[in-house]
Amino acid sequence: MSEEIRHEWPLFEVFVRAKRGLNHVHVGSLRAADHEMALHHARDLYTRRNEGVSIWVVRSDDVVSSGPAEKDAFFAPSGDKVYRHPTYYSIPDSVPHI
Amino acid sequence: MSFDDDAYGALTDHDDDARWAYGTGFADPLAGVPTAVPGDVDRAGLTAYCLMLGDDALVMSHRLQQWVTRAPELEDELALANIALDLLGQARLLLARAGEAEGAGRDEDALASLRDAGEFRNVRLAERGDADFAHLVARLLVFSCWRLPLLDRLTASRDPVLAAIGAKGVKEVTYHREYAAQWVVRLGDGTDLSHRRMQAAIDAVLPTAGELFETHEVEARLAAAGVAVDPAQLRPEFDEAMSQVLRAGTLTGSSSAARAGRGRDGEHGPELDEILAEMQELARALPGGVW
Repeated sequence: MSEEIRHEWPLFEVFVRAKRGLNHVHVGSLRAADHEMALHHARDLYTRRNEGVSIWVVRSDDVVSSGPAEKDAFFAPSGDKVYRHPTYYSIPDSVPHI
Repeated sequence: MSFDDDAYGALTDHDDDARWAYGTGFADPLAGVPTAVPGDVDRAGLTAYCLMLGDDALVMSHRLQQWVTRAPELEDELALANIALDLLGQARLLLARAGEAEGAGRDEDALASLRDAGEFRNVRLAERGDADFAHLVARLLVFSCWRLPLLDRLTASRDPVLAAIGAKGVKEVTYHREYAAQWVVRLGDGTDLSHRRMQAAIDAVLPTAGELFETHEVEARLAAAGVAVDPAQLRPEFDEAMSQVLRAGTLTGSSSAARAGRGRDGEHGPELDEILAEMQELARALPGGVW
């Protein structure tokens, strides 16, 4: 069909909340023409086995992520700060309710 | 709980969600519903009525399944398969109910696989082939805009099984209608090309909708007894929903009263023969085959 014009639909990331009280969790991605269609597609692709009560979709372009090159500067410094964990501290017997 | 006895049983266990990557707590739509046919209900009429609604769902489901591997996008293919599965589920319950009411030992499989075209009671709309995706969404929209108010009224049926099937179906068909409507609007209000082809599909499908609102003698009798829905009453809701969608999609069209043949009486086109040849081939070649 010569009239036909084909574009690739943009990519969306899908987050599903399994039940009330839990967080939305990233479950995968899909292609759709816009946000409304992305929600429909997410419902059809990712909740057909009774997985969810709520869906978020977000354009993959809009996700800003940390890069592998920044790994050391971003994450390594926290690796030796054991005192940032509450379990590092011993609690005196005189402090109740903890 | 162990897989040894029944792996599927485990999926219905509600207290154990953390074990499964997918959801649990699947519900049986007929749980707690009394299955005895009420004593004063005409069993032959109930059988015929369940076949009508069941065959609508079964044949429409098969037409939708034929789009799998042919849809324009993978995502829509899965959407259509989901809708086809919903309708197949409705068909199973309705045909099973027809078999119970008939009391001749035919179960849902026998009714689906071992009847000839002349014994099918579906509306002709369900068996029509789709020339393109626009025809498909137009047909699905017409079918859903009609079936939704039908199932909604069926929830008040004096047959408790029909009422339960109606309640289950309303939620499903609400989504089917939304899916079809968003495509009709999107294509109608899209490019010149998509508008032209969507309008052509509406022009081809909508005039055949007249049969949906013709009251069959069985429907009239059962509706008077509070068991069935008189389809003639569905017209205002259908027209309202259709005109809303068409307006949003900058499309025009109105359904006429023209009839496309009495599918409810077993008069069908060659298209149903093709569907049944494909759908029933295996069951007829290997009667009672089990895998």
